[in-house]
Amino acid sequence: MVLISAPFLYAFILLAFPILSVFAHSFWTQNYLTINYGFTLENYRIALTEPLYQQLLLRSLRISLTVGVATILLAFPMAYFISFHGGQRKGLLLFLVTLPFWTSYLLRILSWKIILGKQGALNTALMSAGIIDEPIASLIYNSNAVILTLAHSWVAFAILPIFVTLEKIDRTLLEAATDLGDGPFMRFVRITLPLSATGIVSALLIVMIPTVGDYVTPKLVGGSEGIMIANAIQSQFGRASNWPLGAALSVVTMASVGLMSGGLFLAVQALKRLAR
Amino acid sequence: MSLSSMIEVRDVSKRFGCFVALDRVSVDIREGEFFSLLGPSGCGKTTLLRMIGGFDSVSSGEILIGGKPMQDIPANRRPTNMVFQSYAIFPHLDVAKNVAYGLKRQRLGAKEEARRVEEALAQVSLGHLGARMASQLSGGQRQRVALARALVMRPKVLLLDEPLSALDKKLREQMQVELRRLQQSVGITFVLVTHDQYEALAMSDRVAVMFGGQIKQVAAPQEIYQRPATRQVADFLGGMNFIEARIGEIGSSHATVETETFGRLQVLKPAHGSADFGKAILGIRPERIRVLWEDETASDVISGTVMERHYFGEVTHLIVKTDDNQPLLTVSETNDFGADDIPVGAKINLAYERDAFVLMAE
Amino acid sequence: MTVLRTLGRNWLVVYAALFILFLYLPVLLISVFAFNSSAVPAFPLAGFTTKWFGELSGSIAIHQAALNSLKVALITAVLSTVLGICVARATTRYTFRGKQMMKGVIMAPLILPEIIIAVSLLIMMLRLGLDLSLMTITAGHVLFCLPYSISVLVAGFEGFDRSLEEASADLGETAFGTFHRVTLPMMMPSIISSLLVAFTVSFDEFILAFFLGGASPTLPVYMFAQLRFAAKLPAILALGTVILIVSVLLLILAETYRRRAERRIEFEGS
Repeated sequence: MVLISAPFLYAFILLAFPILSVFAHSFWTQNYLTINYGFTLENYRIALTEPLYQQLLLRSLRISLTVGVATILLAFPMAYFISFHGGQRKGLLLFLVTLPFWTSYLLRILSWKIILGKQGALNTALMSAGIIDEPIASLIYNSNAVILTLAHSWVAFAILPIFVTLEKIDRTLLEAATDLGDGPFMRFVRITLPLSATGIVSALLIVMIPTVGDYVTPKLVGGSEGIMIANAIQSQFGRASNWPLGAALSVVTMASVGLMSGGLFLAVQALKRLAR
Repeated sequence: MSLSSMIEVRDVSKRFGCFVALDRVSVDIREGEFFSLLGPSGCGKTTLLRMIGGFDSVSSGEILIGGKPMQDIPANRRPTNMVFQSYAIFPHLDVAKNVAYGLKRQRLGAKEEARRVEEALAQVSLGHLGARMASQLSGGQRQRVALARALVMRPKVLLLDEPLSALDKKLREQMQVELRRLQQSVGITFVLVTHDQYEALAMSDRVAVMFGGQIKQVAAPQEIYQRPATRQVADFLGGMNFIEARIGEIGSSHATVETETFGRLQVLKPAHGSADFGKAILGIRPERIRVLWEDETASDVISGTVMERHYFGEVTHLIVKTDDNQPLLTVSETNDFGADDIPVGAKINLAYERDAFVLMAE
Repeated sequence: MTVLRTLGRNWLVVYAALFILFLYLPVLLISVFAFNSSAVPAFPLAGFTTKWFGELSGSIAIHQAALNSLKVALITAVLSTVLGICVARATTRYTFRGKQMMKGVIMAPLILPEIIIAVSLLIMMLRLGLDLSLMTITAGHVLFCLPYSISVLVAGFEGFDRSLEEASADLGETAFGTFHRVTLPMMMPSIISSLLVAFTVSFDEFILAFFLGGASPTLPVYMFAQLRFAAKLPAILALGTVILIVSVLLLILAETYRRRAERRIEFEGS
């Protein structure tokens, strides 16, 4: 009890207090450098109705959903391969796959900036190979570049929860399904997939939640077309210097993330009930 | 019970690298019989069962089911169904969906499917539990679901991989009776893998005893118990006193042997293997030797001293040193006459029957 | 034809190979261009050079930034591991009311969007009148690295059989002696692993350092600022290469210790 209280207090003070103060600020207003403590919903009105912010929030959610789905599609076969065909080298493969996730986040994004740039590695490589004559400009500075970069960044992390649930599947269940007449494909659909659903959902969540609020990727490869809500929040605390609006945008972002996760959770529960 | 073969195992071997799990095994399992593969862990019995089911490949030799070679037929298209040791109940489906799992592929229509599921659940007395989830079942119930799920497929052969080993003793004994009854009522071939000799003896029409990847003897329970072919088989099937003997004359069905303690004996030749060996092993079960009380007489008697006494409730085991200083004998005597009161160190007389001895290969 | 058929059967192997390639190729390109003599990262490669690395070693600003990162990462690693040990010990050994809630709060930074953590910490620290400095970055990093440390440590503590400590006590050892002679040596691999992971995460962390940092930047913040100048790119790539190599070495070390911990527990279990 005593043991956990120190770290708990630390986390509580550095997490709950700050988030509460964000809440508080979101109901205040700011005039140049002084905060006006009168209660107002004006910030929320702006955050929710201003087309720019609406668009940024929707885009952020759309991008994170796309990234989530893309990483699952990319990660599942790899997790499956490691779990079912990894044999003795399971640990090594898992390490190899997750290693890039731990290396510099900034560098991983930078590498895509170098690859996708108009005079970047991909365009110049294709040109010197004679495949294209003109550099393709649409590779970078749009939502797709953001999605590609984020998917690459997070795919390693998505493998872990999927791998864990696949490992937990009792292999005799698969033999039982075969025994009862299923071929490899039907067996996958009727046993492996439903039993790894929890892993897929947690992978989806641990990818989608952080990516909604990603700042560096849209900044470096997003351009004006790929800019996301985090960039707007940052500018309220930087150049625009409107903390209350920034706080309101943060709260709205948190709420949407919460709603999204809750919705996903409920959808999965409903699916499970339907299946049995 | 018809005598035609349901499963023919011909010269089947299984090698994992340089380890030989099965060594040129051949056996015929008849239609409608309850057949057990009995042996200690690692003897290859489960491997053989899994080969019949199609879960392990055959390194050499062949397996036929209903006269058809199974070489290229995968597990999902074989006329066999399996009850797994862990039962392998699908955790995301309820009991009825578990039982209906294999039927779904046969597209019987909802009505027929429901009827078959109900029938199968009734067969294993689980009619009322269709809506339960797998996680809410007790061990015995899980075992019944696994049975129903396999039986509903109406297989030619039901394979059972140590189905009772996870149950406690009382439930296990009850399920032995039920399984035997079920097999007789559905009439299909059951192949059971077990390491429990009493289970194999109690349920089976025939038992195959396996050691080290080979089948050492195939016979009906009584014969396996009373006339084991080898010392190993005898030892595995319960207590046995082993006595060294020299072969004398060999007749067409009997042989004459000489022993230190019991003198000259006429015994049946071994069930398997040749009898032309100079030295042989003679066996007698502890319950075939009995204590000769003071007021009794018998034609064949030896005497000795009680060295140890072990009490088992209904019987007592006496470890006896015979007067001619041969290896110790174990005697199993019911406690009805006071065998549990014989003190250690007592001099006693033992009576035995001459036809209780079996001659075995080493 | 047979090649195609084998590929068809082993499509998962092929996929796995392509996946690893997709994962590593972009990062490897950074190192490739760091040795390229052209100032622009483009194909075809111009020629081999190490001059960008030379530029690195001459830059005082980079040295300063590296030193800052090192300080932050070291303190973060120690603090988050010490706090992590408390949490891991408490959650694996004891049951108490509010355990799940407390654990939830502590692990929350793992799943909150980082920008939210950064912004809220920034607001609180400025409202408290704290000056932004390496201290504030470190405070944020401990919060952020704690869940990672806990994940590593809990795995190590969970497999630790309580009866080992009881056996030590039974053999006459004091509570402190038991901790020193049994618990600590058993836990050492996962503690070292936690230190290394927290160090790496903190060393590479950008958003919190960007928001909570004052005048003296950490290495990632410095790199980010330099990206505005195209001429500085090759030097950044060289720096990135150095960072990648160091991170990978540290991570391999962490993994080695983690496995050692795992083996120790497996041995105990067998």
